[in-house]
Amino acid sequence: MTALLSLAAVSKRFRGLLAVDQVSFTVPEGAIFAVIGPNGAGKTTLFNMIAGAMTPDEGSITFAGKPLGGLPADAVCRRGVARTFQIVRPFMALSVEDNVTIGALLHRRDVEAARQRARALLQRFDLFDMRARLASTLTLPDRKRLELARALATEPRLLLLDEVMAGLRPTETDRMVAILQALNRDSGLTILLIEHVMRAVMALASRVLVLDHGTAIAEGPPEAVVRDPAVVQSYLGAEAV
Amino acid sequence: MIARLSAGVSRRSAVLLTALLAAFLAAPWIVNDYLLTVLIIILYFAYTGQAWNIMMGFAGQLSLGHAIYLGLGGYVAATLFTQFGIGPWLGLLAAIPVAAACGAMLGFLAFRFGVAGVYFAILTIAFAEFARIGFDHLSLVNASSGLFLPVKQYAHNDLWRLRGGPTMFYYVILAATVFALALCHFLIRSRVGYFWLAIREDEQAARAVGIDTFRYKMYAVMVSAAVTSFAGVFYAFFYNNLFPEQVFSISRSIEIILGPIIGGVGTLFGPILGAFVLTGLAETLNSVMTAFGLDLPGATQVFYGICMLLVIVALPGGVWPPLARRLRVMKGKK
Repeated sequence: MTALLSLAAVSKRFRGLLAVDQVSFTVPEGAIFAVIGPNGAGKTTLFNMIAGAMTPDEGSITFAGKPLGGLPADAVCRRGVARTFQIVRPFMALSVEDNVTIGALLHRRDVEAARQRARALLQRFDLFDMRARLASTLTLPDRKRLELARALATEPRLLLLDEVMAGLRPTETDRMVAILQALNRDSGLTILLIEHVMRAVMALASRVLVLDHGTAIAEGPPEAVVRDPAVVQSYLGAEAV
Repeated sequence: MIARLSAGVSRRSAVLLTALLAAFLAAPWIVNDYLLTVLIIILYFAYTGQAWNIMMGFAGQLSLGHAIYLGLGGYVAATLFTQFGIGPWLGLLAAIPVAAACGAMLGFLAFRFGVAGVYFAILTIAFAEFARIGFDHLSLVNASSGLFLPVKQYAHNDLWRLRGGPTMFYYVILAATVFALALCHFLIRSRVGYFWLAIREDEQAARAVGIDTFRYKMYAVMVSAAVTSFAGVFYAFFYNNLFPEQVFSISRSIEIILGPIIGGVGTLFGPILGAFVLTGLAETLNSVMTAFGLDLPGATQVFYGICMLLVIVALPGGVWPPLARRLRVMKGKK
């Protein structure tokens, strides 16, 4: 498998705080890669640098063989990297269908073609029946699926998910896990997720990176990583073993 | 083209719109000269409100200085007319790029340097004020003494040179209002329109789906400025005079935005309805006061203020959305 995304010694400093310190990793094409770690470990900062919301101070981010670091968020998306937000941000006053249509318009000139694409995605995520409703009337799990549908409408090669399971009940988590697995399996979509819900991480990820105080303390298959003493110490807690 | 424009218009809306248009077309044979002038003012506000709505209602960029595009449009066309004898329609071809360029300059400064929200609104006021003070000292356009267009008694209406009676002006502004409605309808259903709505709703999320927000915000300002500039040309040729203190004043900018706010920001028909409600009620108030022999300067402004308060408290989305549901012409969105 070839590397789709690779980070080489990426650092980000906020005044005195080194939020991300020399982090390097590679996400192979077609993988589901998870980044875990305690609050304040630098996960979201790392995520924002990949998504173009922040510029790395040092190091390089390469996507599909081209440098990505320093590009604005919209340019990153046009390159094929779509994201969701930790706190969902659908276009509230627009209909469910319009939300996804906007995503599909990125690579389509014709509004009707984009609408068709949006409807296909809405079918897939069980949102078709509520397509005429305003996004603001949706429940949190529905909003999360809507945001996922909107991101996928931009036809990404890499999907970045920022705590997409947060706030979901276990049954809803399982549903989201199934959706993501299907996406990965059916279309070979590469997924990078930042996640707290270990249940989802264990079910989804083929590889896990653990961040603590901005540095990578472990990386490997999930079963190996959760047994790593340093990870247990800093994040999972002794009782998790 | 017709098929494209009628797309997304329900049969019911089409019938109601046709009936409304027929009433407007027939109006000059029915109403007296005073009412015709009131209708001209209503349509002028319906037109400018729609132009402003492109920027604020669609793309979410609050302009409180739209008088600048009005003034630039008026001054460019009027100067070409008085100095070189160039007619207003050719003048419009010059006024549109001048207004759009001014919008582009403002947009570039604001969007490149991250001026947003209230600070953006303040910048738009600042631009209008610069223009007012600048034109007050510009001898080419007679500075603060004002620019006058020659007024004669016209034996017949000269549409090409926009010289004539109120009926001609009425039909000109009616055509412009219909054109603006068709343009807005087309824009909001286009790719650009969807991107504007995304930016209005959440700029960061819009960027996350790949929208170059700088570019589309620039388009919004430039299109809105270009559309507004025609209202300036109309204003100049209808009133036959231009004073920087009047045409660039903040009250011109404010009265442009009252209609859309009353009618419904971001809706297609809101600005038109708002112009009707506001100007219609204000004129009624005037007639009533005249009938009772009352002369209260500033009463209209107080009345506008009360209207705004009522709408903000009772119908924050404007008068049009609930009315549209009543008329069953709304499809649940926008």
